[in-house]
Parts: sequence; C-alpha cells; structure tokens
Amino acid sequence: MRPFGYLVPPDPAAAIAAVTGRPGAAFLAGGTNLVDLMKLGVAAPDLLVDVTGLLPVLIEPAAAGGLRIGAGVRNSDLAADPRVRAGFPVLARAVLAGASGQLRNMATVGGNLLQRTRCLYFQDVTKPCNKRVPGSGCPARAGDHRNLAILGGSPHCVATHPSDMAVALAALDAVVHVEGPAGPRAIPLGGLYRLPGDEPDRETTLERGDLITAVEIPPLAYAGNSAYRKVRDRTSYAFAVVSVAAALDVAGGVVRDARLALGAVAPVPWRARAAERVLAGRPATAEWFGRAADAELAAATPLPDNAFKVTLARNVIVRMLCELAGDGS
Amino acid sequence: MTGRVDGPDKVTGRARYAFEHPVDGAAYVWAVPSVIARGTIRSVDAARALAVPGVLAVITPDNAPRLPGTDDPELALFQSRTVAYRGQFVAAVAAETLEVAREAAGRVVIDYEQAAHDVTLTADHPGLYKPDFVNPRYETDTAAGDFDGAFAAAAVRVDATYRTPAEHNHPMEPHATVAVWRGGTLTVYDATQGPSRTAGQVAAVFGLEPGQVRVIAEHVGGGFGAKGMPRANVILAAMAARVTGRPVKCAVTRPQMFAVTGHRAPSIQRVRLGAGPDGRLTALCHDVIDQTSTLKEFTEQSAVATRHMYAAPHRRTTHRVVRLDVPTPSWMRAPGECPGMFALESALDELAEACRIDPVELRLRNEPAAHPETGQPFSSRNLTACLREGAARFGWAGRDPAPGARRDGRWLTGTGVAASTYPARAMPSQAQVTVSQSGRYQVRIAAADIGTGARTALLVVAAEALGVPEAAIDLRIGDSALPPAMIAGGSMGTASWSWAVIKACRALRDQIRARDGAVPPGGLSAHADTTQDIGALASQPLAGRARYAFGAQFAEVRVDADTGEVRVPRLLGVFAAGRIVSPAQARSQLIGGMTMGLSMALHEESAMDPQFGDYPNHDLAGYHIAAHADVQDIDAVWIDEEEPDLGPAGAKGIGEVGIVGTAAAIASAVYHATGIRVRDLPVRLDKLLRRHQ
Repeated sequence: MRPFGYLVPPDPAAAIAAVTGRPGAAFLAGGTNLVDLMKLGVAAPDLLVDVTGLLPVLIEPAAAGGLRIGAGVRNSDLAADPRVRAGFPVLARAVLAGASGQLRNMATVGGNLLQRTRCLYFQDVTKPCNKRVPGSGCPARAGDHRNLAILGGSPHCVATHPSDMAVALAALDAVVHVEGPAGPRAIPLGGLYRLPGDEPDRETTLERGDLITAVEIPPLAYAGNSAYRKVRDRTSYAFAVVSVAAALDVAGGVVRDARLALGAVAPVPWRARAAERVLAGRPATAEWFGRAADAELAAATPLPDNAFKVTLARNVIVRMLCELAGDGS
Repeated sequence: MTGRVDGPDKVTGRARYAFEHPVDGAAYVWAVPSVIARGTIRSVDAARALAVPGVLAVITPDNAPRLPGTDDPELALFQSRTVAYRGQFVAAVAAETLEVAREAAGRVVIDYEQAAHDVTLTADHPGLYKPDFVNPRYETDTAAGDFDGAFAAAAVRVDATYRTPAEHNHPMEPHATVAVWRGGTLTVYDATQGPSRTAGQVAAVFGLEPGQVRVIAEHVGGGFGAKGMPRANVILAAMAARVTGRPVKCAVTRPQMFAVTGHRAPSIQRVRLGAGPDGRLTALCHDVIDQTSTLKEFTEQSAVATRHMYAAPHRRTTHRVVRLDVPTPSWMRAPGECPGMFALESALDELAEACRIDPVELRLRNEPAAHPETGQPFSSRNLTACLREGAARFGWAGRDPAPGARRDGRWLTGTGVAASTYPARAMPSQAQVTVSQSGRYQVRIAAADIGTGARTALLVVAAEALGVPEAAIDLRIGDSALPPAMIAGGSMGTASWSWAVIKACRALRDQIRARDGAVPPGGLSAHADTTQDIGALASQPLAGRARYAFGAQFAEVRVDADTGEVRVPRLLGVFAAGRIVSPAQARSQLIGGMTMGLSMALHEESAMDPQFGDYPNHDLAGYHIAAHADVQDIDAVWIDEEEPDLGPAGAKGIGEVGIVGTAAAIASAVYHATGIRVRDLPVRLDKLLRRHQ
C-alpha cells in the first residue's frame, strides 16, 4: 500500500481547510467505496481527512417543510426512519435496494452521492480509462458495456452512476447543502452531477474542499405515492441493470404531476423530465405511460450489448406508473 | 445423526486455514501478473521495486532459481520469457510485509514484445484439433452404428447448439500457501484438496524426493476442483522462501484467481437427436468444441455422459479443442458432466416437445438395459426410480406442457426436469489405525476436508468399523505425512478414503479380537492400502461393470413478464448415489451442488474481453454467484442404494452429482414459463426480455 496521512480535524472548517490546501487529500466518511478504490489503486490520496465525527447525523424537518438529512446519516438509518418510510417511500426503498446490510451500516448519505462508477475499465488500472486517466481511451465501447449508459454518455465515457439512493433523490428534487472554502451553498441534485462530455474525469460541480453537509428533500404532497424498482441480474447484492424512481399524482384518471428518474442508464442519476412533460395532464393509462417512456428514451444511444436497457427501462416505467396509478395490471 | 465434528472450530474461528498458520519471521510475496495476452518479456526493470523500503527480493525470469521439474508449465514459474496469457505470473516481489510486497510489485517495470493474441472460441476455428484423449483419460470420440443414416431417417429430429461460458470455481478461501524450508526439506501449509498429490508435484518441481516435501492442509475453504492440483501460488511461496531464506506467505487475490487457478473453459456443443414418433431415440450425437491454453492441453469431457445416459442404436460423440492465448482451464465442479448434461438434457426437453411426450416419460422410455456403448451391465442404475420419486414429490403429474401459458400476476411460471449423472469411482489410498492400551484410537489418512464434511464422514465409518463410539477416535487428516490418499475430488474422496479406513479398522479389530481384547502397553496398529483392491476393479469380473450415480432434478421458475428476471421458488433433487454415509453432511453437499447448478443456470459467466484477452468482470461484484436470496425452497433426497464394488462403505460419491442437470432443469422451466429457449448460459434477463404495451 501507499503510505497516506490520516487526519481527524476538530470541526468542518478545519476539515475543509485541510482538503482545500492539499491536492492529494480526500474526505473519508463511510469509506465503503473510497477504501476499495485505494485497494485497487484507482484512488491514491496522500491524506484522508476523516469527517465521520463532524457531519450531521440527524434527520430533521426542514424549515420549508420536507426533511433535512445530515450528510453523516448512515444509509441504514435513513432507510429505517419512519418519516422517510411514510413520507418518501421511494427513498427508503431505493436505499434498501442498494449494497448489503453491512455496507448500508457504514455508508453515509453524502458518500453515497459521490460513489464512483463500477465500470470494469475504470476499476482496472492496467487498462485505459478516460475517467481515470484523461485521454487514455475508453475500451468499454468495444468491450464489456452491457451495464453501461444508454443516455447521457459521450464518445469518451459511457460509465453509469451506481447509486440507488441518488436516483430517488433526483426524483424528489433534493437539494445538496455544501460547505466549502467560499462558504456554504445549496445545489439542486441535478446540478451536482456533470455529464462526461470530453471531461469524464470531472464528475461533479464540487470544487476542491467542498464538503456535502446535508441533503434536503423539499415537501411533495404526493410523495407518499412513490416507489423504487431496481432490476438486477441477481436477486440481491448486485448493482442495478435498470432502476426507476417514480412518484405520481393522479386525480380523476388524469395525471396531475409526476416525478420520474432512472438509474443505471446514464453517467448521472437521470431525471426523466421529457417523460414528466408528456405525463402532466394526460390520462393515467398504460398507453400514455408508454408514450412518456418513449419520449424519454428517444434520446438513448445504446451500444450493441446494452440496447436491451431501452426495452427494459420502458417496461419498468410503464409497470411502475400503472401500479402507482392504482392499476396493478 | 452426527453433527459436523469441526463445526465448533469453524464457527468460533479456531479452525486454521493455510495463510493463517503462524510462522516466525514470515516474509510475504506478491505476484506481478502479465498485462499482455501473448508475447515475450524483453526486459524487467526491478530498480524502482527494490528501492521500496522492506523489499527483500524481486524475482524475475532473469534471476529466478532454475526449477528441475518443468513438466507442468503452469508450475514452471519464471522459467521462460514467453507470455501465454494475460494475468500469468511473470515476476514477483518478496518483502517484509504484504503491503510493501504489493506496492513494490506495482513498480516492477516489464518491457514486453507484444504479439497479436487470439482469445475467441468459434465453432469453425481453424486451430481446432482432435486431442489424443479428454479429461482425465477418456476416449476423444466414440461411435456405434450409423448415426448419419439413422438421423436422416428419423421421424423426429432435434438439432441444436448450446453454449456454456467460461466459469470460475471461486471457493470462498482463495488459494494460499505458507512455505518454510528447513535445510533441504520444505513444509507448506496449503489450501489444497490433496496433500499427498501436492507434496508429490511440488517435490518434482524442486527436484526433491517425495519425503522432502510436507504439505499441511488442516482446513480448506472450498475447492470445487480449483485446489485439486498445486497452482502457481505454492511454487511462488516456496521459491520466494528459498530466495529470501525466510518463511514466506503467499495469497492469491480474487482477480488473480481468474487467471492462475483454473476454470471451466467455454463450450460450444451441438446435440442431434433422432427419434421415432414414440420418442424412442434411434440416433444420438453430441459434438463438443472446447478451448485450452497454449501452455497445457485440457479438454473438458463434455460429451462423455452422453455415452451412457440413453439407449439409441446409432450414436456418436466427439471432442475438438483449440489452443488460444487464454488462461489454462482445469477441473471445475463436475468437469464434463456439468456443461455436457446442460446440452444433452436441454435437447431431451426439446425432443419431448417435438414428440409431444412428457419429458419425464421421454427419459423413462429411453432407459438403457446396459451401457449403450459398451454393453456392460450397470452395477446399479436407478435413474428411473429418481425420476418417478421426484415426479411424485414435486407434483409433476398433470403438468400442462404448453410453453408460456401460465401467469401469476406479473410472473410467468413454469417447471422443468433434467437427469443427472456422475461416474462412481475410487482411487488407491492408505490408512493407519492405532489403539492405545487405554482404548484411544487414532485414525490417520492424508485426506482433505474442503468443507464437505469429510472429517465427519470418516469418523462415522471408522466408528462403525471399529465398533466403538466416535468419541473414542482421534482422526488425523490434512497432512501429507499421514498415509497417502486420493485427493478430495472427482466425487471419490469418501469412497476412496473410507475404503482404506474401514480396511485398516477391520484389521485392527481382528488384532484386538485375536488378543481377546487385551491391548499391549505399546498399543496396536494396522495399516491398509487399497491399491490391490482397486486394481481388481480393472480386471474381470469387476471390470465388466459400468458404475455411475444418477439423479433427477426438478425446478419451478417464475419469470417477470416485464423485466425477464428469473426466480427459482423450488428445486428438488432426487439422487441414487450408493450408500449415504453421513446424511446431514450429504444433504448439505447435494443442496450445495444444486445451488451451484442454479448459479450456473442464472448467473455465472466469465466474459472474455477480446481487446485485452482477460476476463474483465474479475471480482465477485462482476462475477455473480448465487446468493441466499436466489435460493428459496430447495431440497435433496435419495433412493436407498448400495454400491457393491467400490469398497466396504457402499458409497458412490455425492460431490458432483448435485450440480449436474440443474441448469438444464432450470432452462427448461424457463422455456416452459416463457416459450423462450435459452441455449447459451447463463439465462439472464436480457435474453427473456420482451417489449410490452
């Protein structure tokens, strides 16, 4: 292993200062992804700044309604919280669909958002990867890409974001609270992530030293009618092949409003706004749900081995919306 | 019923596995794997590695000790500059700590002369050839009658090609070795299925007498064939120990296991069945295409089971293999029978549909009276009893054969059946049994318990043969210093070892009886060697019998109509495998085999990346093995049977019969549920996906 420093700063400001001033430094929270990447040689920080004791670990009502979730809240605590389970079932189900019980006990909300892709080439330092070594190339397009992106990718990178939780948060319009060298700021979840373009190594809009402190879920009247469906190759302990987070507000057979986000199809948790636009004001029928899915997936540019994800995503979207509309057929 | 005798040690962590053996002054060695699939090593620059504090040695083709025995090129570590596959060990670093060794290994700079590689198996590969034999020593091809004519004339024909992917054994404990030289003798604590075999092979590599190498394998965390022979880790640990003058520990990483510890090669299998309208086979042909490495020829015997399963007057089996720039395949979980029976039994299911005959009935109709190729009588053959018993327990009667016709909410449901078989054999072993004046018995044999419950089973048979309680016996296994024994492999462990143990126990009991029960102060001892007994199996009249275990596997599946996700709510296996020595352990082992079969059916695939020539999904997140949530109602039962020829235990072996046929039963059930016939494993959701609405 490579020697690295380990620092437990007294407060968030000291943590931020420690990382800001040192290009090789990294925040350490649950460590469930970072430590793996260090073992693989993908990440080689020279200083780990342990923030586990500094991050808020409470889930509280937010001033504007909704919930404010401390970035240090463990995934298992988030999923077990009665307000989350009752008010935002999509979130509780997404968290429980991810990883294993042991990992959820360690992983934090802030860390979960910043997971790195599980693309096989990103994880293997003996091979090229534009995300890991900019300009080195992307073998995935001609190689193993069955589980990579159909939306939002670029010629340089078709990695997928692996989080389940973030897909639910994308559907819920979550806001990420960040403390940084320039002070605090709030970023809508959709603004946290960057599409790869020609800089796949830049995955978020965070700057060096930015520390996620909380995630706020704004109130959503119909969030109780929400769900998360994760399709995977193994019944448990597997990353999604396709996942869908959805919330639906139906009255008199007509969709008043809908939230839809897709996981494992794009380099970012994919908010399906094109589909949402189709749904609003339209009949809550399988036909219109299918049209909405098609509107979103029209932009898909699948590769040979992941073209099935287009069909799979469509089927799951239609099924979930039918179920949320009260039609189990 | 005897509980597992090593259970308390295992659940409390007292049981010691190879890497855990404490040795004073241990150093650690870390391998440098090749990053090209074919070529030669021009030069190795070790300077940056040697500069890391704590590095003891960098071993390369330039400075590695010359090994006297290089018959097995996988063990001829650093003896050549040729690279045969990506991931092959080409250098190594020994250091004071594991961490330093690993870090320095990453700093060894190797300059390769890279050559174009060929890693893709195709049915018409120009390099395909007919090997002299297939694993372990079966005939490559067999034929009887006129297959081509009979197939052309058959009223009903099935002609289908099935594919199985490369699969890796993945025991829970990765391969690991601790090597200690004392003078000219070598002691290795090794994760092995066979201490005697490993000792012999390691001695040969280092040019030592067999007695100069001692292999200790007290507890082994699974093997599934991958630990049946020594792998590079043993040689690497011993070589590094010799170079550094220190005891050395070596553990293979999970990613490295995809290259250097063996695996099942992918197969392309064409099965042709010709039958009358009544489903009776007239023509049967199984052609197998397989791959091996450029280092070693290993041809999986995938068509061998087809030679004895069903009656058909006109028949043929063939095997062809091609050498590619890939890791060397080896023994894995019923080599041959497992992939071969996926193809044959799937084809039977297709024939059942073509003939409109129930798939259980179809198999009953094609039951042979004797071995269909050799004419030998079976020592015992209870396939039909397994099928009937299974059908009754499973509730098979009245099954609607229509595919894609049943729905339970979002689930499409179906059932499937397949036969299983595995050869029943035994290999020579020796055992020693002693008794002290105080009445303590010691049973000694170099058997290995790789998690199967062998310790428990041997204790049961020894207690029975001696007529004493199990508590009066100390059983010593897992050490090549004990009387030499067959490996835990080929489903032969229990039959082979118990034969020697029972023979020794009976001899000792006779000695005690001859003394009217009085044991002298020095105790008594008896030694048994089954070499001659097993040799008799090769001569008449015993050589005239065909010996196999059989089974019938029944599966129920549910397939999500929208996503193609497959669930297996029910698996039932009924087996006829001779006498079951230790029922609790046997049931676990059979269920374990069936779970591996489920895993093969739905999950396991090492996908070759033609760009690099490796298996990029090289960890347990990328290579899926069935987890608890995949296994629901699973049960294994057996038919009472006694195998008369394979020693006094009456056993046939149960290590592998549980995995054979499971994948075909599940794939056939998926067809029954969906109408989609998946002929290339694994049965993954994208193969079953249909657009809805």
